[in-house]
Amino acid sequence: MFELALQNLLSPMVLFFVLGLAAALARSDLTVPEAVAKLLALYLLMAIGFKGGAEVAHHGVDGTLVATLAAGILLSFATPVLAYAILRGTTRLDPVNAAAVAAHYGSISAVTLVAVTGVLTQLGIAWDGYMVAVAAAMETPAIVAALLIARGRSGGDEPGESRGALLREVAFNGSIVILVGAFLIGAVTGARGAGLLKPFLVDAFPGVLCLFLLDMGLVAGRGLAQGRRYLSPAVTGFAIVMPLIGAVLAGGLAWAIGLSKGSTAVLITLAASASYIAVPAAMRLALPQANPAVALTLSLGVTFPFNLLVGIPLYIALAGRITA
Amino acid sequence: MQTFPKKRIEIVVEAPLLRRITARLAETGVGGWTVVPVLAGHGQHGDWTAEGQIGTASQMVMLITVVDAVRLDAVLDGVFALVSRQIGVVTVSDVAVVRPERF
Repeated sequence: MFELALQNLLSPMVLFFVLGLAAALARSDLTVPEAVAKLLALYLLMAIGFKGGAEVAHHGVDGTLVATLAAGILLSFATPVLAYAILRGTTRLDPVNAAAVAAHYGSISAVTLVAVTGVLTQLGIAWDGYMVAVAAAMETPAIVAALLIARGRSGGDEPGESRGALLREVAFNGSIVILVGAFLIGAVTGARGAGLLKPFLVDAFPGVLCLFLLDMGLVAGRGLAQGRRYLSPAVTGFAIVMPLIGAVLAGGLAWAIGLSKGSTAVLITLAASASYIAVPAAMRLALPQANPAVALTLSLGVTFPFNLLVGIPLYIALAGRITA
Repeated sequence: MQTFPKKRIEIVVEAPLLRRITARLAETGVGGWTVVPVLAGHGQHGDWTAEGQIGTASQMVMLITVVDAVRLDAVLDGVFALVSRQIGVVTVSDVAVVRPERF
């Protein structure tokens, strides 16, 4: 476990993230142009989506795919309920802000998915390609759960917003479209496509991930600096404890399904991650009374660095124990 | 040159809401608008800058449209129903245009 944690901390990816984080906290003018950052994110999602699809084409699918999809949806739906109860019981967040934060923690972070697959590849641990589809399926149920919680508290629907339109926007947000689209292309083209794109999508992946995580470090550091005033000990504690609770729940489901070590690690990491791209935008439309800085500071400024620095090696170790 | 009085509406609002506002403007018969990105600002919650923001959730945009005074209330009612609970500012000012048939 300690060796795994050290190996993770001293990997170029994590060190570039730490560099970005430190530069932002030191108020350096180091920046990655926004358009470049978007391109890097597109590339990384395309790469893991394609790799997942090609792997499915090679190995095929079995009943565990359906079971894992169901587990992912269940986790995404149940986590906000649990998160909301914890937030209301342990922090001073009001119901609307608690529901908004809960939605972030039920949904997933595609970047954390990219990071864990990068680490698993480094360690030579295989994961099932269909986990990409599971990640996509876990994006929206959390938003439904949060809206139901908020409606339960306010006694009615939020005016002026169509829930169907909102969910469609989240389900078809750019990250999901490129992830699922690349997955399907990988599944269709299989080994031939994978061989053709290997220099681009496989060999260049670690270097691009380093550059992207440098930017994520800068973004997380700036978010942390700007949102520091929202970080009471209770909400900061939530942002660290909630991923661990999600990890334990996902670990139990992965054990029940009988997932491989790599796929268990991916499911655990997905459950432990918190959204900071798709859900914040949805919450601005669905729960505009919520302060966006609270949830974003927690998910991006606390949970994402925690997962990247400590969580991922912990989740891989947990996956090893579960599947031993 | 002859000019004609019109009303200019400026809406500074969170980017995720933009599509809904433009749809509402179209529904109320507004024939044109311009959207520009917002770089930075200062308000009730302190300083804000677009630099380093991730995703559209934290971005702000400014929408500018010019309408006839007769249509102003209908447009504002439609817009206000959307933006009243959001972060942002709506202002209305008197302007003069040279091609009145366009507004």
